[in-house]
Amino acid sequence: MAGYSGFRILLEGLRGNSGWREAWRKPDPKPSYDVIIVGGGGHGLATAFYLAEVHGIRNVAVLERGLIGQGNTGRNTTIVRSNYLLPENNNFYEHSLKLWERLEQSLGYNVMMSQRGVLNLFHNDAQRNAAMRRGNSMRLNGIDAEILDREGVKAMCPLVDLDNGRYPVMGGLLQRRGGTARHDAVAWGFAHAADARGVDIIEHCEVTGMILEGGAIQGVRTTRGEIRAPKVGLAVAGHTSTLTAMAGFRVPIETHLLQAFVSEGLKPLIDCVVTFGAGHFYISQSDKGGLVFGGGLDGYPSYGQRGTLPEAEHVYAAGVSMIPALGRLRGLRSWAGVMDMTPDGSPYICRTPVRGLYMTAGWCYGGFKATPASGWCHAWTIAKDEPHSLNAAFTLDRFREGRMLDERGNGPHFWAQ
Amino acid sequence: MLRIPCPHCGARDEAEFSYRGDATVTRPGADGDIAAFHDYLYTRTNPRGWQVEWWQHAAGCRAFLKVLRHTVTHEIRAVVTATGTLEVPPA
Repeated sequence: MAGYSGFRILLEGLRGNSGWREAWRKPDPKPSYDVIIVGGGGHGLATAFYLAEVHGIRNVAVLERGLIGQGNTGRNTTIVRSNYLLPENNNFYEHSLKLWERLEQSLGYNVMMSQRGVLNLFHNDAQRNAAMRRGNSMRLNGIDAEILDREGVKAMCPLVDLDNGRYPVMGGLLQRRGGTARHDAVAWGFAHAADARGVDIIEHCEVTGMILEGGAIQGVRTTRGEIRAPKVGLAVAGHTSTLTAMAGFRVPIETHLLQAFVSEGLKPLIDCVVTFGAGHFYISQSDKGGLVFGGGLDGYPSYGQRGTLPEAEHVYAAGVSMIPALGRLRGLRSWAGVMDMTPDGSPYICRTPVRGLYMTAGWCYGGFKATPASGWCHAWTIAKDEPHSLNAAFTLDRFREGRMLDERGNGPHFWAQ
Repeated sequence: MLRIPCPHCGARDEAEFSYRGDATVTRPGADGDIAAFHDYLYTRTNPRGWQVEWWQHAAGCRAFLKVLRHTVTHEIRAVVTATGTLEVPPA
């Protein structure tokens, strides 16, 4: 297997691009593995990569019911940031951002990581105070954060309507190290690098049941036969409840829809990520030129991977309020992903009531930026059968113990996180 | 677009309603232990299929309604008032 490099592109250009090989193998499943990861999205592939890379566990299978990266990994708005308030969250996401910063070197694959800055606008005193508090919390934990005043916002993103009649902009909280990455390349890069370390990536292999013996997992039943392993990790965003039901327990998760949208392609217009404080709206521009944007949940549980129009209307309206110039644009496509929503908006990377069964789940709508650290911590938890300090708080038991990580303070409503 | 047939107001657009959670969970009695209250507040079946759920007709009669809805097709098969009961079809 040869890696990817500028030299290689030059060389292949000279020999008619005849030397490229598939980026990962298409193996048939073996009867047993040391570890099975269910879910071939970013989190599952990252788990497999770090199991092999950090812990030397290479006899690993990643089972994916369709094609890799066709679930939420390919359905997000590609934003990467670590601007959280609670220390458990901002330390975890900062670890993730640090992994992002050297991900291309780790994987030998271009994920088009672009630290173009994430700017959260605020529109009144209360929001400014909240932004200051969040920025201070970040800085106390060694994460970069700056408050911009109106002039700063204008200089960074001149299209923002500072003098919006209903929601004038007061300023913004900026994380310069935040940005975007190419979502598909993240899945492909982790797949390529995991495969190169011996991991079997098995596509079109849906898990239909769990093999349990004496309260411990022994493997899974799939559409391609039984596959046994003493350790199984779930990374199946949106469908965690379905998988845990097979293992005989329920989890604090409701599955909700989140839509995202892309406009027609444009010349460079917005060179950072901007979020609206007066409505749920965030936008950036892809390298192809389309504006990529999204908002909040549709608001009711669904596994349908398609949203409905009221939320789309809200997102478009919020976008035009923030940047009136968007009113001339046409939407090109929209899609929806299905999210594991948790009662406090924070995830689970933990052991489960079934021995040998682990999960990275409950990513609400913040899963993409977490991809490397989710895999890193999930791999650690699987390899050592105990959490790393970075994910020690992300347990299923935290509600029972009164240790919720309610970043937004909304109370235990899955659809309000 | 969901259209929800409110028993009081007739079929209305989803934008008039607010989803208010799984209607199959019931609050434990005063003698319920922590595990019972934990399950009531946090643990969900989260079915991929038919679910009985609360919707409030917030921009209409303001009543809380029980709705039988499919979480994949989004089909709404039955709506009753809060004290009514709904049979959940298999899958």
